[in-house]
Amino acid sequence: MTVTSEPVASGLRLDGVRAGYHDADVLSGLDLDARPGEFLVLAGPSGCGKSTLLRSVSGLHPVRSGRVLVDGQPVRGTSADRALVFQEDGLLPWRSVLRNVELPLAVQRIPRAERRERAAHWIDRVGLAGYERYLPRQLSGGMRQRAQLARTLAANPRIILMDEPFAALDVRTRASMRALLVDVWRANPTTVLFVTHDVDEALALADRVAVLDRGGRIAALVDVPHPRPADPSTADNAAAKARLLAALTEEGA
Amino acid sequence: MTQVSVAEPAVADPPARPAPRPRRRPSRRWLLRAASLVAALLTWQGLTAAHARLWVRFDQLPTVTDVAEEFVHQLGTAVYYQDLADSLGRILAGFGIAAVLGVGLGVLLARAPIAADLLQPLFEVVRPIPAIALVPIAILLFPSNEQGIVFITFVAAFFPILVSTRHAVRAQPTIWEDAVRTMGGGRWRVLRTVVLPGALPGVFGGLSVGMGVAWICVISAEMISGQFGVGYRTWQSYTVVNYPGVIVGMLTIGLLGWSTSAAVELLGRRITRWLPRSETR
Repeated sequence: MTVTSEPVASGLRLDGVRAGYHDADVLSGLDLDARPGEFLVLAGPSGCGKSTLLRSVSGLHPVRSGRVLVDGQPVRGTSADRALVFQEDGLLPWRSVLRNVELPLAVQRIPRAERRERAAHWIDRVGLAGYERYLPRQLSGGMRQRAQLARTLAANPRIILMDEPFAALDVRTRASMRALLVDVWRANPTTVLFVTHDVDEALALADRVAVLDRGGRIAALVDVPHPRPADPSTADNAAAKARLLAALTEEGA
Repeated sequence: MTQVSVAEPAVADPPARPAPRPRRRPSRRWLLRAASLVAALLTWQGLTAAHARLWVRFDQLPTVTDVAEEFVHQLGTAVYYQDLADSLGRILAGFGIAAVLGVGLGVLLARAPIAADLLQPLFEVVRPIPAIALVPIAILLFPSNEQGIVFITFVAAFFPILVSTRHAVRAQPTIWEDAVRTMGGGRWRVLRTVVLPGALPGVFGGLSVGMGVAWICVISAEMISGQFGVGYRTWQSYTVVNYPGVIVGMLTIGLLGWSTSAAVELLGRRITRWLPRSETR
């Protein structure tokens, strides 16, 4: 099966972004750049505003000052260009796997036949072929995250925002989900912003890791040498891990 | 597609299938249910046929056989079916309007703060008034008794449906809405795809309660101001000292209420199949 529509990756720039809840700012003047097609991981202590950052980029959470720019254009509200993947699955429990994956395509008013074809392609791609008619509650946590990934990729976003998507999974499932993500991202290099607590996960996935401090600013940027999957035994990778651990320890993560 | 191929996808964890349900043999359960009904009927027949006076005066009541004879007799008359049709029509009209307005306004109250500020105080004042206490108002307001009865039925069913819908919408996890919004979905898409289907389990709770109180009120209203209808006929039988007729009326009301509630329940279960629930019933 061929799925046409080549994905396009967008550049992302955050320029002095301030955002928060009630009286408190969670992000206080954050600057960050992501190249088109870059896999950028966000790490940092809990409560440092990683999730708020993703929600601000997605358009779900308002920015108090500063700008979020996608390809140089300021974002206004949510859009299909910026997909958000949640930690708990955001699947609609009354829709089958197929109908969940089709949903973003229905929102984009894509004709039914093409919708079916693209959804089926991505369901197959994440390894859920045969489970199209299953309801989310009939699937394991790992399979639900696969379905959510298929739904996200089917929408053909330019930026994918992932908020600790594998944190609730067991170690083995997490490893296989990582491998799957790297695999599909290689084939369709979209810009990815990925939040995690897990140093090994960060190193396995990232081109770069941005470490946030408790004030909601970037404390360190660590380049991760490749090829993927990162081999922890090489000197470069060991050095990257050491730098990342040092930065995280300093921020009290 | 029904292929439940156990051949797992290359990199997957096995599906969490619903556990096999524990159950008693169904025939035995039906036997128990029937036995409870038969025991009640036998007790009633015994007490009334023996003219038992145990402070409560069973000698005044018709026996099961009297009632059965009267029931068979009434089933052969056209007026019985006319009464049925009248009561059902009133219920369906009142309940139908209440369902549409209750769900619509319930969603509006939950989603639009302005609507909540405008309407909530009014509803809170009117809600505690029993619908049947509105009979005088209904008589004054509406040109015919028929419309008044439908109005009272509507008021009775409206509030449970409204309140359940409002709660169901408010209780929804925001993640569903966030997911659809980040797909680029607007207000209507969110309403259609998330808010309404997600609220259905709660809405059906309200519809069940609403159907119950709708019957209470339609029968009471018919007894007070009806012409035709099961409630009217039941009271009529009492005034002409046809006690078996009264019981027949009561049984008819019971059966009608039961079957309409069952219809709502069945529809609700069909529509909310996605809910995790124990499958022993």
